[in-house]
Amino acid sequence: MLKRLRENKSAQGTLLALPTTLWMVALLIIPLILTLIISFGKRSPDGNVIYTFTLDNYVRLSGYSTDCENGAAACFDPLYVQILWRSLTLAFNTTVLVIALAYPLAYFIARAHPKRRNTFLFLVLIPLWTNFVIRVYAWMMLLRTQGAINIVLGWIAGLLHIPFVPLEMLYTPGAVLVGMVYEFLPFMILPIYTSLEKIDNSLYEAAADLGANSIRTLLRVTLPLSMPGVVAGTILVFIPVMGTFIVSDILGGRQVILIGNLIQRQFLDARDPTFGSAASLILMIMTLVVTYFYTRKFGFGEEIVAA
Amino acid sequence: MNPHRRSPFVLAATVLVYFFLYAPIVVLILYSFNASRANVSFEGFVRGYSERVVMDGSMVVSSPCGPFHWFCELGKNTEVIGAASNTLTIAFIATLVSTIIGTMVAIAMQRYEFRMKPFSQLSLYIPIVIPEIVMGIGILTLFSQLFGVLNNALHLTGDSRLTMGLGTVIVSHIAFMVPFVTLVVQARLQGFDKSFEEAAMDLGANEWITFRRVTFPMILPGVLSGALLAFTLSLDDFVITFFTNGPGSTTLPIYVYGLLRRIITPQVNALSTVWITLVFIIVLILQVVQNREAKQH
Repeated sequence: MLKRLRENKSAQGTLLALPTTLWMVALLIIPLILTLIISFGKRSPDGNVIYTFTLDNYVRLSGYSTDCENGAAACFDPLYVQILWRSLTLAFNTTVLVIALAYPLAYFIARAHPKRRNTFLFLVLIPLWTNFVIRVYAWMMLLRTQGAINIVLGWIAGLLHIPFVPLEMLYTPGAVLVGMVYEFLPFMILPIYTSLEKIDNSLYEAAADLGANSIRTLLRVTLPLSMPGVVAGTILVFIPVMGTFIVSDILGGRQVILIGNLIQRQFLDARDPTFGSAASLILMIMTLVVTYFYTRKFGFGEEIVAA
Repeated sequence: MNPHRRSPFVLAATVLVYFFLYAPIVVLILYSFNASRANVSFEGFVRGYSERVVMDGSMVVSSPCGPFHWFCELGKNTEVIGAASNTLTIAFIATLVSTIIGTMVAIAMQRYEFRMKPFSQLSLYIPIVIPEIVMGIGILTLFSQLFGVLNNALHLTGDSRLTMGLGTVIVSHIAFMVPFVTLVVQARLQGFDKSFEEAAMDLGANEWITFRRVTFPMILPGVLSGALLAFTLSLDDFVITFFTNGPGSTTLPIYVYGLLRRIITPQVNALSTVWITLVFIIVLILQVVQNREAKQH
């Protein structure tokens, strides 16, 4: 038996991959299938799942309803569609902002003296390694009406003798956007840095020799060659932003409800796992579709590993 | 042309981004010395030392620990200590298991051909391209349905009922960590030539000796950085833990989140400060060790 295994390469490979594959089947594939099954189910009055086949949960998500107030045969409540749209635009805005902030910094580190690069990278990693929840809390302290930003603004206004009314920043969509940008910025810096660092200096020199100015070099050399990093970073930022619920929960209060909050509430407060499962599948499909088209267009390589 | 030339725009943007990254952390740390119990605004440091904690309204006037009042309170907080010990237990066990099975599957993916391979590969990609919450609620559904069925079938009641707890959290953490360990180890395996292993085999070493004497030493740095990544992912995880924990398995991130929705005293800041300081020291040590190793080679 052992001797046969020693000669059978295929069996060896299977054996090595078996523990992980079984683990992923039990805790990823089966849960996903279960989510799919339950999304077609119904909620029983005591909050349990009744296994049946109905599209009710998906119809409810679309906002279409036959149970209308004014006696009409059908009506449309855009609540859930709005939540989906809000999540999608927030993820898009966050990604764009994060690229805008991460790119110059990554460029700076990649062009810095090789001896100092590690220190600069280290400085990017430190905030990333402080806990996710702690980072949201930090922004809560900054954005509060009596928080640090208003204190500084008030002090500046005092110096300039301008009357100052503290800004209401917490529990607004802007607060959620800032929080998301802050949470995911390092995930963009690292892959962009990895792809920028690979660009050979001679390419810049060649561009300069051929008479390209710095803007032209940026557009024709640096940007195209760093695209794999930007694409990898986008995947690392866009997907988690779509599903995160803590940032909107803490910085958005009850004002900014995203699909993540919707799902979480169905499982904990509202107790309708069937509707939550349907919303979760829609979220998964949305991210997969966006990722698929995005990577098909640009492709991504090993940069995703770097982060 | 000087390759390290910097445009003023890049420099200004860099300074701004670093400021953006660090300002919140500095404020967070500053507030952990706040004299105000309500912690809404900064009312100065806890100044005095005294035998007992002296309060004036919601202000802490003096305390046995002086400015470090909230850190002392934190040390007395049994909930925090319990959560910290849970967090570390989960991280250690999950890292150990995910590093072992993740390294195994990485070798399988990189060095072997077998029928199950595309499926294994797919199952490792999915967690990276779907939001964590999708996986979290899936696992929650699995355990709640499974435990419901088992509890009924085995007539379990009261304390012997199967519930969510440390076990479910650990098992779920492993599931989301393995793909990352595998990615890192695979990248390392790609980096070196198969011919080293083939040479060992030609010289008469069997698979096991080849693995122990050639492959493993070469991928060890990859395995270690995979383990480190897994450990930090586990420490940092909120979403998966949120959906899979139960009574008695609260982790620090879950505990902090719970506090944020209730009353926030500077204790939360003190906890954050301790966390940040520890992380900073650990990462610094790792950096120094890594740099030294890099210089040796």
